[in-house]
Amino acid sequence: MKASAFAYARATSLANALELLATHGDKAKVLSGGQSLIPAMNLRLVSPELIVDIGDLGELRGIAVKGETLVIGALTRHADLLKSSHIVKCAPLLAAAVAHVAHPAIRNRGTIGGSLAQADPASELPACMLALGATIVVRGKGGERRIAAEEFFTGIYETKLGPQDLLVAIEVPVASPGSAHFFQEFARRHGDYAIVGLAAQVMRQGDRFADLRLGFFAVGDTPVLAKAAAAMLTGAAITPELLAEASAALASELNPHEDQQATPAMRRHLARVLLARCLATLLNRPDLQTGAGV
Amino acid sequence: MSSIRNPETLSALDRPNSYIGKTVPRPNLDRLLQGRASYVSDMELPRMAHVAFLRSPHAHAKIVSIDAAAAKLMPGVIAVVTGGELAAVITPWVGVLSHLKGLKSAPQSAIAIDRVCWQGEAVAAIVAISRAAAEDAAEQVAVKYEELEAVADMRTALDPATPVIHSSLGDNLAFERVHDAGAVDQAFAASDAVVEAEFVFGRHTGVTLEPRAVVADWNAAEARLTIYQGTQAPHMVQNIAALHLGLREQQVRVVCKDVGGSFGIKVHIYADEMATYALSKLLRRPIKFVADRVESFNTDIHARDHCCKGKIGVKRDGTILAFEIDDLTGIGPYSMYPRTSAIEANQVVNLVGGPYTSKNYRARARVVFQNKNVMCQYRAVGHPIACSVTEGLVDLAAMKIGMDPVEIRRRNLIADDAYPCASPSGLRFEQLSHQASLTKIVEMMDYQALRADQAALRKRGIHRGIGIASFIEVTNPSAAFYGVGGAKISSQDGVAVRLDAQGSVICQTSITEQGQGSEALTAQIVGSVLGVSMDRVRVILGDTDMTPYGGGTWASRGAGIGGEAALQATKVLRKNILDVAAVILQSTPAELDIVDNAVINVSDGAFRIELNELARIVYFRPDTLPPGIQPELMATKHFVPREYPFAFTNGVQAAWVEVDTDTGFVKLLKHWVVEDCGTIINPQLVDEQIRGGVVQGLGAALFEKCIYDERGQLTNANLADYLVPMSGEMPDIDVGHVVSPTKESELGAKGAGEAGTAGAAAAVTNAVNDALKPFATIITEIPLTPQVILTALGRI
Repeated sequence: MKASAFAYARATSLANALELLATHGDKAKVLSGGQSLIPAMNLRLVSPELIVDIGDLGELRGIAVKGETLVIGALTRHADLLKSSHIVKCAPLLAAAVAHVAHPAIRNRGTIGGSLAQADPASELPACMLALGATIVVRGKGGERRIAAEEFFTGIYETKLGPQDLLVAIEVPVASPGSAHFFQEFARRHGDYAIVGLAAQVMRQGDRFADLRLGFFAVGDTPVLAKAAAAMLTGAAITPELLAEASAALASELNPHEDQQATPAMRRHLARVLLARCLATLLNRPDLQTGAGV
Repeated sequence: MSSIRNPETLSALDRPNSYIGKTVPRPNLDRLLQGRASYVSDMELPRMAHVAFLRSPHAHAKIVSIDAAAAKLMPGVIAVVTGGELAAVITPWVGVLSHLKGLKSAPQSAIAIDRVCWQGEAVAAIVAISRAAAEDAAEQVAVKYEELEAVADMRTALDPATPVIHSSLGDNLAFERVHDAGAVDQAFAASDAVVEAEFVFGRHTGVTLEPRAVVADWNAAEARLTIYQGTQAPHMVQNIAALHLGLREQQVRVVCKDVGGSFGIKVHIYADEMATYALSKLLRRPIKFVADRVESFNTDIHARDHCCKGKIGVKRDGTILAFEIDDLTGIGPYSMYPRTSAIEANQVVNLVGGPYTSKNYRARARVVFQNKNVMCQYRAVGHPIACSVTEGLVDLAAMKIGMDPVEIRRRNLIADDAYPCASPSGLRFEQLSHQASLTKIVEMMDYQALRADQAALRKRGIHRGIGIASFIEVTNPSAAFYGVGGAKISSQDGVAVRLDAQGSVICQTSITEQGQGSEALTAQIVGSVLGVSMDRVRVILGDTDMTPYGGGTWASRGAGIGGEAALQATKVLRKNILDVAAVILQSTPAELDIVDNAVINVSDGAFRIELNELARIVYFRPDTLPPGIQPELMATKHFVPREYPFAFTNGVQAAWVEVDTDTGFVKLLKHWVVEDCGTIINPQLVDEQIRGGVVQGLGAALFEKCIYDERGQLTNANLADYLVPMSGEMPDIDVGHVVSPTKESELGAKGAGEAGTAGAAAAVTNAVNDALKPFATIITEIPLTPQVILTALGRI
């Protein structure tokens, strides 16, 4: 398990990185935290000719609040997200989710930009981006593009990023007062990729939801914003019957795969369990816990 | 605790400064913790080259041609060697033993010659100046295969329509054993309830932290091969390497320093290791092979993978009248060498029903070939299968007649005063303590309180379960295991101890250390028996040039057999020292003792002479001793159990689990073990052996499985998809002991290395079924994945 030989360039500036990518295109791979790329190279699943290491680009690292927007540099490590008071205050969903990203050693090196660019449909952060309505900031040959998270993830390990693009930052709307979140995933062992997970960001109004964004992951080629289920549950009095209907709608919104952990039917079942637990938790309604027809 | 029986033993083991029964730090800890251990993976030798093996992507295929021309031109490549070329220096082998009647296998080569029989079998060796260069070149070797139908499913391996993997063998049946004791049919007829179930066990493997690693160094000038290898049995490796390379054993030295875990994985002879020895001889230079993680999954032996039908007959009063099993296991395309792959199934037949008084027992075990990685002995060989089947059946019987699982065991476990006795499969038990162990675990876990908790939580929709599993464990094997079948695997071990010129002790032992504490327990025994502090005892192990001849560390034998050899050798040295001391001090040996590194008076404890000073006189001023006195400050003793083929241990485990019936996830809340390994030399080492064993058993229960597809492809050969148990999911494990020393040895120690693994999965499975009682479903398949549980509950 040794990577095949490759050339290595440590980018000295964003411009330099973009220049290297422009020159080498898909023969190059960007090295950020390396937590997905390096194992894939060692297994010889990918054999890039050139590694463009962006680790020195300090301008891509850090977390800041600009008005109503939380800006997270692409090179910000998971461990930094976990420690940041900005994240706890402005995007507590993200703080909850990051604790489930792998293990401390991986969180110490892995970056948010790397995770989003990798776009593993079973990973936590892409689904959080959907739930939070984040914007992905990309720099490429033609300058800067801002892509809504909902548009960004296009397939398994596929995004709107081209071979000459670099993901530079993530913009997340600062959580409004009165908003709430829910994060849970089912994984065989803590730190594993989830069998199914849910990242939800909501606005409550009394005992109802004024807004409900349900970001499911490990339920298909991309993370899924369950809009049909959310629409049924928004603004309505939540009864077990309504939850059952929303669960049925949810099941048809998902297109899960079969793998060694679960069949599609099991994933749909677990997604319904998560929806019920999400509502029961956020509305403090234990009666909803088993009301999703599960 | 029963006491140690003979007064002389008391003087040897219960001395004022005895380390026996005490938790003392392991002497090798600093070496390991400061990063100064010597692992083969880290070794570098002058002119050393690295080998990477090109491995078959097919489960079963003819090798049509191998074109290595391009690979040979790659930078850094020294040689590309095929199976045919390597056959010039190494002979093939057949993994059979004569006492396993009817066991058959086909000749296996170090590198496949014209056919590959599992995905991962080596087809060519690429030797280069680095592993990376070898891997680069491996990509350039062009092998043309003609794919053959793979035998993937053990259940259909014996069907007439299934291809026979080795036509010379006639069929795919490697081994079959049937056993019939008592009057089974009458017993079932006389039973008030008869319950049947089919138990399914996933294939899994050992996953050692350090993979298999070997450096072979053929010194043509000395005509000698030095093999540096992480192995549990250096003398066995010496014998096998010599045999197949056409050398005398004396021409082969096996050195085994620190080993990053073994669990039975490293007690076998692997084809790629044999190839590495042969390559060194062929290329006349040191060759290093370190399996990478993918190779480890594809080539380290797998284990378990049984499908076992079981049947139990019980009276309404709980009396178990009979057990019957029909076990099927698939072992890959070859029986492993030299220990064979029939031992696990054989053990299952031996062990089922073992803790119980029922005398009626019928069993059949069939071992079949298939085109998957080889299977062989891994920690607790056969025990988890036998224990899960037995204890699963006992719980099913209890459920059927409405009896508490503890009560049915109390009524059927062999009484503690019934020994010696034998099991219906013919195993002889010297002294076990099933009843005392059960009583102790019931107290430790506060069984009644747990049952009350369970009932209270049930009302709130929380489903918790209690699982109990009694077990027996084979330890301290005599020649009955391998030697009688013709394998050159020593069942005896030897220890040499000598006093050095400054009064410290050098101890050479034939047992080996892979992390379980062999070095520590040997030093404890030597220090205690001799009367010197442990820091004065240096233990040397793992070198066929440097240690007495012996078996090594496997089958829970290190402490019981190697420990006794250490005790006996040290007793001789002690006597020899006291003889000299008596001469020097003009006293008699009976009046003298050794305590705290000095000779003292027995009568008043008065100091007489430092061992340091005694050694100075013996080694440098022997002229001052009276004529005719020739001190012998080195002593060697060997030991092997003769009375019993195996020293059985026993114990019981209990699990407390919660099942989320919406998700199928099992949470392990708490685990208890009571075991009886006889004399405990180092309580902490024993307890951690038990805990480590339990964790491996829990891995089998919930997580670990080598998943093959229908074409014989291993689909999860990596640590992301093959789930080993992690600390986050592990429960607290409380360990208690009952002590029944074996009378076979003065030390009285039996093994403890496999007890944890033997019963953990059975306890968890029983606990899950207990938790699911209201749902009227029984699960008899491990691992207990969420998918399995949700399916059983009809949720998906």
